[in-house]
Amino acid sequence: MPDYSNGYSESTIYVGGTGVSLIRGGSGSPLLVLHEELGHPGWLAWHRELAHDHSLIVPVHPGFGPLPRADWISSVRDLAGFYGRMLHDMDLDQVDVIGFSLGGWIAAEMAAADSRQFHRMALVAPMGLRPPEGEIMDMFVVTARTYLNASVLDSKAVPEFSSLYGGEETPGQFEAWEDARAESARLAWKPYMHNPSLGPLLEGVQGLPTLIVWGREDAVVPLSAGRRYNQAITGSELAVLDDCGHRPEIEQTQQFVSRVRGFLSQ
Amino acid sequence: MHIMMFTERPYYDVPEDEIIKNASYFGIPNEHFDPEVGGRLYNSYFDEAVYAEEKGFDGIMLNEHHGTPFCMGAVMNIEAAVLARITQRVKIVLLGNPLPVADPLRLAEELAMIDMISGGRLVPGWVRGAGSESIYNNANPAYNRELFNEAHDFVVKAWTTPGPFRFEGKHYHYRHVNPWVLPVQKPYPQMWIPGLVSPETVVWCARHRYPYLALATFLEPTMEMVKLYRDTAAQEGYEFGPENFGYLQRVVVAETEEKAQELGRAFMYGGGINAFARPEWMFPPGYNSRAATRRLAQVFTDPNSGEELMALRPVETPDDIEANRSQIYGRFQAEQDNLQLICGTPDTIIPKIRHILETVRPGIFSMWHHHGPVSHEDRMTSIRLLGDEVLPAMRSIADELDLPGPYERLPGSRPLGAVAGG
Repeated sequence: MPDYSNGYSESTIYVGGTGVSLIRGGSGSPLLVLHEELGHPGWLAWHRELAHDHSLIVPVHPGFGPLPRADWISSVRDLAGFYGRMLHDMDLDQVDVIGFSLGGWIAAEMAAADSRQFHRMALVAPMGLRPPEGEIMDMFVVTARTYLNASVLDSKAVPEFSSLYGGEETPGQFEAWEDARAESARLAWKPYMHNPSLGPLLEGVQGLPTLIVWGREDAVVPLSAGRRYNQAITGSELAVLDDCGHRPEIEQTQQFVSRVRGFLSQ
Repeated sequence: MHIMMFTERPYYDVPEDEIIKNASYFGIPNEHFDPEVGGRLYNSYFDEAVYAEEKGFDGIMLNEHHGTPFCMGAVMNIEAAVLARITQRVKIVLLGNPLPVADPLRLAEELAMIDMISGGRLVPGWVRGAGSESIYNNANPAYNRELFNEAHDFVVKAWTTPGPFRFEGKHYHYRHVNPWVLPVQKPYPQMWIPGLVSPETVVWCARHRYPYLALATFLEPTMEMVKLYRDTAAQEGYEFGPENFGYLQRVVVAETEEKAQELGRAFMYGGGINAFARPEWMFPPGYNSRAATRRLAQVFTDPNSGEELMALRPVETPDDIEANRSQIYGRFQAEQDNLQLICGTPDTIIPKIRHILETVRPGIFSMWHHHGPVSHEDRMTSIRLLGDEVLPAMRSIADELDLPGPYERLPGSRPLGAVAGG
């Protein structure tokens, strides 16, 4: 029996020979969670909240954890195709999905390829589109710590930020971040964190309910990119949270959970 | 022994405060660059290379860095092409071309032209490039080693396989390879590889029988790499010898001790080698294996003092600038004590060089003879003293210690067990 004592279990599945760590918790309809560019940050308050009414399925992207990476995955579109196969193998049809930053971009690529993979799609400050105004902050020329500090509007006002990233960087944390940064570089070094063909393909997506959540003060992906997503995906809704940076799920957890829960239960 | 002259060809007309504020040479805005000054500098460095040939050096070593006043060799092959024409005898040793940021087909052509124009005096060498080169040239650091390996294999193939042929690699793709320029040295020139003691690179060199040259690294980790090379060579079935190993040494020489100390201090300018680039630019994501990352922490820590060399951080206030300046120059004596920097008159430096030769036993020795603000006149004096007094002494020490260079004994040419007592 899987161990759910922390609220989640960990297991490994194989998709075409590539191992993927799966973190699962909660009960209810399945919700695929695609994590950000520095890896799965842990089972946080928002996970616990949404786990009340959903079975969360959090795959650790290949290359972001200790399992061997898949050498052929060298773009976010490759990874999106890989996850399409994973959903098929797991018999997950028309699943709900939520993606954060890089994970939001993966979800958008999957929707652009075949929107019928999803029932509802929530994108939280996704990478993937070149912002019409401003630029996506370059994570590859700064330390992981600098990037994390820029990801929230006010780190002191975010309790989960200091519990996640406060204190001295441990060797394990350093190596996990370096693994994640290296794999992010393989996926999105150039063009940096966007795909010029994603916008036109998203314009072809019809009938997929989509919520786009953005912090008004996002210093990593400018809000202009959120507006572009909003324009590209027919019928999508853009929710802009005040006093919030790139991490609405930890910066404005209650508002975030309420918006996402409301969207998923419509 | 092969003895070469080396300089980074620095553009030193940058206020030191700018370097200290940035905690890095890489990244200083190019508003501080004046092409008139740069042009004069290139030409004086060429004059010095010609003089070094006249004074008996065996080679002129060049290197390449981008976007930094630390080194003006942004396109080293252009400098090498000039040297090919204005020198007569010296080897033109390129340590090295950063393969992961190059177009390998064009590189194969450029190097072939240099070898032809110089009459077969080219020694091409390859580097992965500092992390900052990956950033500057937008070459994915997570594929750095793959790019290095594939580009190397391609260049060798372009030089040795009759064209036209097609090349479909993982990272490089060419539909028509048929260079109408080829090296005159057959099958291709000797290749030497410089590095900061990355074990993966040392093993790679040993497997290819390419000499490895440690770049002014601390002696302790350098000696570990000598052992690693020797062990790998044995696995490959050949005897390691001095012809397989080189060392770059910072050597400042002047007519008086006082003058040598003054010129030696210039090596510390702005933080010197430790301010080449901030750690996050030296080691961008995926640039290093985990093992190499851990190892580098050791390389940049003085084994004697335990002091971290890369401790500088960007600063703004005058007080912080002064504090960092005094930290930088506070290390000057330690750098001399641990022989990272040898300063003096010919008489006082020769015993120290002898110690290095006895310890490392290199067949290639490169002399990094100035850095920072040092005048052309002082650089010429240095070359004269090295040539007239230091080189003859080194040659006799090399004979005594039996330190053949790679042109006296071909690296990897002795089968294992062929040496008595080996």
